[in-house]
Amino acid sequence: MAIVNEASLEAQLEELEEKTPWFVAAKTMARKQPVGVAGLIIVLLMVFASIFAPILTPFHPEFNSFENMLTPPNATYLMGTDQFGRDIFTRIIYGAQTALFVGFSAATIGAFAGLVLGVASAYFGGTFDLVLQRVMDVFMAFPLIILALAVVATLGAGTENVIIAITIPFIPQCARVVRSNALAIREIPYVDAARALGFGHMRIILRHMAPNVMAPFLILFSAFVGQAILLEASLSYLGMGVQEPTPAWGLMLQGGAEEYAESAPWVAIWPGIAISLAVFGFNLFGDAVRDTLDPRLRSR
Amino acid sequence: MSKYIFKRVLLMIPTLIGAGVLVFFLMRLIPGDVCELRFAGTGLYVDQAQIDTCRSNLGIDRPMFVQFADFMIGFFTFNFGDSMWTGKPILFEIGLRFELSLQVAIMATFVAVIIAIPLGAISAIKQDTWLDYAVRTFAIAGIAIPSFWLGIMIILGLLIVTQQVTGIPWMPPIDYKPIWVDPAHNIAQLIWPAVATGYRYSAVATRMTRSALLEVLREDYIRTARAKGLIEKIVINRHALKNAMLPVVTIIGIEFAFLMGGLVVTEQVFNLNGIGKLFIESVQNHDYAMTEALVMLVVLIFVVTNFIIDLCYAWLDPRIRYS
Repeated sequence: MAIVNEASLEAQLEELEEKTPWFVAAKTMARKQPVGVAGLIIVLLMVFASIFAPILTPFHPEFNSFENMLTPPNATYLMGTDQFGRDIFTRIIYGAQTALFVGFSAATIGAFAGLVLGVASAYFGGTFDLVLQRVMDVFMAFPLIILALAVVATLGAGTENVIIAITIPFIPQCARVVRSNALAIREIPYVDAARALGFGHMRIILRHMAPNVMAPFLILFSAFVGQAILLEASLSYLGMGVQEPTPAWGLMLQGGAEEYAESAPWVAIWPGIAISLAVFGFNLFGDAVRDTLDPRLRSR
Repeated sequence: MSKYIFKRVLLMIPTLIGAGVLVFFLMRLIPGDVCELRFAGTGLYVDQAQIDTCRSNLGIDRPMFVQFADFMIGFFTFNFGDSMWTGKPILFEIGLRFELSLQVAIMATFVAVIIAIPLGAISAIKQDTWLDYAVRTFAIAGIAIPSFWLGIMIILGLLIVTQQVTGIPWMPPIDYKPIWVDPAHNIAQLIWPAVATGYRYSAVATRMTRSALLEVLREDYIRTARAKGLIEKIVINRHALKNAMLPVVTIIGIEFAFLMGGLVVTEQVFNLNGIGKLFIESVQNHDYAMTEALVMLVVLIFVVTNFIIDLCYAWLDPRIRYS
């Protein structure tokens, strides 16, 4: 039987106290985290833009109007057109779809894989833990973009491959954090109780341990979405991410943006603002989630 | 201490071998090799014999494990062989560009430290005032703004400002001259990428300075220092800031190792012929040997930097002694 330490008891107690309905929690959060709410608004705006893209703009993102190439912003083309005569506003709106799709897929897959591996590593311990942690060490010795580029080089460019390339560096990051939290959970008697009842390893990991490391998991998840959007933009900018004619913000900065920076600055300005704003929103929101969920930071 | 250093150096080896395995087999999974790509570029008809000759010249027709052993031995003896694309020795190609990238990396670190430590400190001292919120927003923006876009905006800004002021648009010079040959030319070219990369880098360090200082300011010895009547400036500079530097040094060190990765995009924007650009080219050209060597170089820098950070810990914090 494992020894229950004070910290884990406290964690349990805290959990009992914190069974407030979600809307009350949301209201408290809005009062305590005005900055986080600002982030949430940006995120929701992005979601709104990508869902209602066809209503918000009369153009198709791949429609070329060759008589209107590099038109400055005006009433028809709110943000001007690019060197192929495509409406930049439209491509920004549809670009939100690509960014959110890549961001959420990569963050979800990466964070969940990391969650399962991290909890499993803590649960099984021993050789499995040791070997897995050394493998994670190796992955973490690579700068994010270098590893992502190497994966894209192997798989080839394109939206799906970019998601895989971004997901892979996320897994060890998440696994590492989740593992350290799960190590404390393993010592709590209900894990022993579950084992005594004869539940399988998979059930204990997924049903009993994973839900209790949700706080660090959610913090990482919200950080991952922003990171993934930024990474996708970087890869696309380098020409090794999302491919034309799919509208993607990073791609819009490739080629044309630099070449026409002086004569047509709107080509370079808007996509960059879109990327920055999106990542900014997710980061603000993520910080607020962290401050709300991490009791050690609450008093600050 | 020496025993600790020895152990720590030994622990680097599995990480390096692991990274070697990963990058080696990742590169071998790429469909199409450098020989096919090279002949495809000519647009002429090529028969299989030519491709086979090319492959055997480069040694990529040998069994996998032989190639891998070769690669690992090469790495640990610092003999990476020749580039599969240009045919020149890899160390020569890297040597040509290393100086530039290293200089940008060091300058970016300076930019980051100059921004991060004062801002982080102000933000912590003036916690929850508008100043604190402004600094925090500035820091989060640094993480959100892609450095390649910031680079484009810097170039654009320079063009517009110089056009307005002097009437002649000015762009940073494109050709690289080492700092000891022509310092003004060198700085005029490299300061901009250093700022673009350094801002992002500073954002992480600012946040770390702020939270570390906040923690230290709640310590008992700060209260003691204040109680004995020290002026606030001395309390902050001598007692608080120095003790808050430990995590900041860590983050600066870790980020320095990752700076090589950040340079990949920045060098592209400013059209600098550095390590990052070489990496992109080698990936595009399926130059296994070059890609592997560069990745291993980055991983080596990372592992060694981590090691130095650990040693710095003992130096900065006398409570930590390794045995």
